[in-house]
Amino acid sequence: MIAVEGVSKQFGDYTALDDVSLEVPDGSLTALLGPSGSGKSTLLRIIGGLESPDRGRVVIEGEDATGVPPQRREIGFVFQHYAAFKHMTVRDNVAFGLTVRKQPKAKVDERVDELLGIVGLAGYQKRYPNQLSGGQRQRMALARALAVEPRVLLLDEPFGALDAKVRAELREWLRRLHDEVHVTTLLVTHDQEEAMSIADHIAVMDNARIEQFGSPRELYDQPANPFVMGFLGPVSRLGDQLVRPHDIALAASAVDGALEAMVSRVIHLGFEVRVELMLTSGEAVTAQITRTEADELELDTGEIVWLRAAGPTVLRAA
Amino acid sequence: MTVSRPWRIALRTIGLAYLAALLLVPVAVIFYRTFEHGIGAVWESVTTPAAVSAFWLTLEVTAIAVPLNTVFGIVMAMQLARGRFRGKALLNALIDLPFAISPVVIGLSLILVYGVNGWFGQALADAGIQVIFSTPGIVLATIFVSLPFVVREVTPVLREVGDEQEQAAATLGAGRWQTFWRITLPSIRWGVAYGVVLSVARSIGEFGAVSVVSGKISGETETLTLLVEKRFANFDLAGAYAASALLALIALLTLLAMTLIKPRREEEDHA
Repeated sequence: MIAVEGVSKQFGDYTALDDVSLEVPDGSLTALLGPSGSGKSTLLRIIGGLESPDRGRVVIEGEDATGVPPQRREIGFVFQHYAAFKHMTVRDNVAFGLTVRKQPKAKVDERVDELLGIVGLAGYQKRYPNQLSGGQRQRMALARALAVEPRVLLLDEPFGALDAKVRAELREWLRRLHDEVHVTTLLVTHDQEEAMSIADHIAVMDNARIEQFGSPRELYDQPANPFVMGFLGPVSRLGDQLVRPHDIALAASAVDGALEAMVSRVIHLGFEVRVELMLTSGEAVTAQITRTEADELELDTGEIVWLRAAGPTVLRAA
Repeated sequence: MTVSRPWRIALRTIGLAYLAALLLVPVAVIFYRTFEHGIGAVWESVTTPAAVSAFWLTLEVTAIAVPLNTVFGIVMAMQLARGRFRGKALLNALIDLPFAISPVVIGLSLILVYGVNGWFGQALADAGIQVIFSTPGIVLATIFVSLPFVVREVTPVLREVGDEQEQAAATLGAGRWQTFWRITLPSIRWGVAYGVVLSVARSIGEFGAVSVVSGKISGETETLTLLVEKRFANFDLAGAYAASALLALIALLTLLAMTLIKPRREEEDHA
């Protein structure tokens, strides 16, 4: 388990982390999710020993690792831009951690072959990083990090430099890999879809603090505050209520507690229909309904409908 | 900017003529004059005891100055590219001092510090060490004038490469030395090589500063450039040309090395 206790970090006048505490459960894949500048990468780098905290402790598997240099933390770190050793072959990149530990060559070769097999780069031993695609480089970097059998795997926006298609593939692949290897993994991302689709737990960060920690479902259904709600999915504002667009119920006639609105646009997205509406107060609202519902209501521009919140997730607007 | 065809040709002609008049013609004339009376005369002229001694002294000085400046240059470049400390801008400016000061002034300042009447002169004399008018002085002068090259070549490469690979090495368990030898040095090697070649060229060709501190004792403290000057001043034109040709040959080899290294260094820069 990785535990962070009351960690703060300043860069000059800028507060990167403000009294942050976090526990990453053993064997889990946990995501640190937040906008850029929220402090998530700094937190990861502090856990990896690449930055030192001004205050607070980092505990890895029960041992205080706060003052321990990265060399002796037994971590694997994967960087956004791969940090491939450009002058070394794929084989030497993956073998690096073992060769600096003076492991016998036969053992190193065996381990490298095994890992390259796991990450799907068998047969690429003699290539150089600049002969690989971005996705292949990142898989090589993962194999390199896993070679030393780290207690913890830290991934800093590992797919951030890849195009959307490769990113989605690698994301699925990482999840499967994690299910095989089971190493405690902490992943930094600003992409909520990425976090939701692969993580067991998510810590949502904003402004140098962790806003909420929980499973993807918990965070989506029971966000602690408007920021978390807005960061994890679309939000519509109904009067002083914040709701998910798919949680807005539309009715053709007045219902108790419902707000009157005029349809300003109907957008057909296949199965789903997005309805843009204007409240009597002049505020714009977006609702998402199914095609069947839209057909029943016979929605058209200029019609008057009544809106109310009908889902589990309702927050009071700040 | 688009330039019409006649203009382009005119500009190119002017550029080439300028290069030819200032560089190609003089160098060609030196070679022509050198070999005018046959190779035998040249060989005789460059194998006199004074010439052989000058040749070896030049190599000796270069062999001491360049490695020292290479080590210093790499250390300094790492400080300038990575370090965060007060006075970095000042240090950065100081590195260029040898470019800014005339070599003659550098020679004179060395005499003021290490000469018999200089700051350390008496102490050094008491210890039995003669710096000025001796090989150590020539080495010092050469180090001084060739100091900036490695720093200036390696610093931008280090900045461009960044420190992520070094951080990755640290997380994989590599200590500082292991990281330096296995990661940092290989990733800047062509920048270092280019800096070394420039330093060698400058060390071999240095005249002004060396001329002031060497004392010009034939067969002892006379380098190749000093030999050329002496022969020229003594109206031994053939001898001066022969020694010049030797220097020019070394310069051409340097140029060749630079041409071979430069593309790889730029590749490294933008990798």
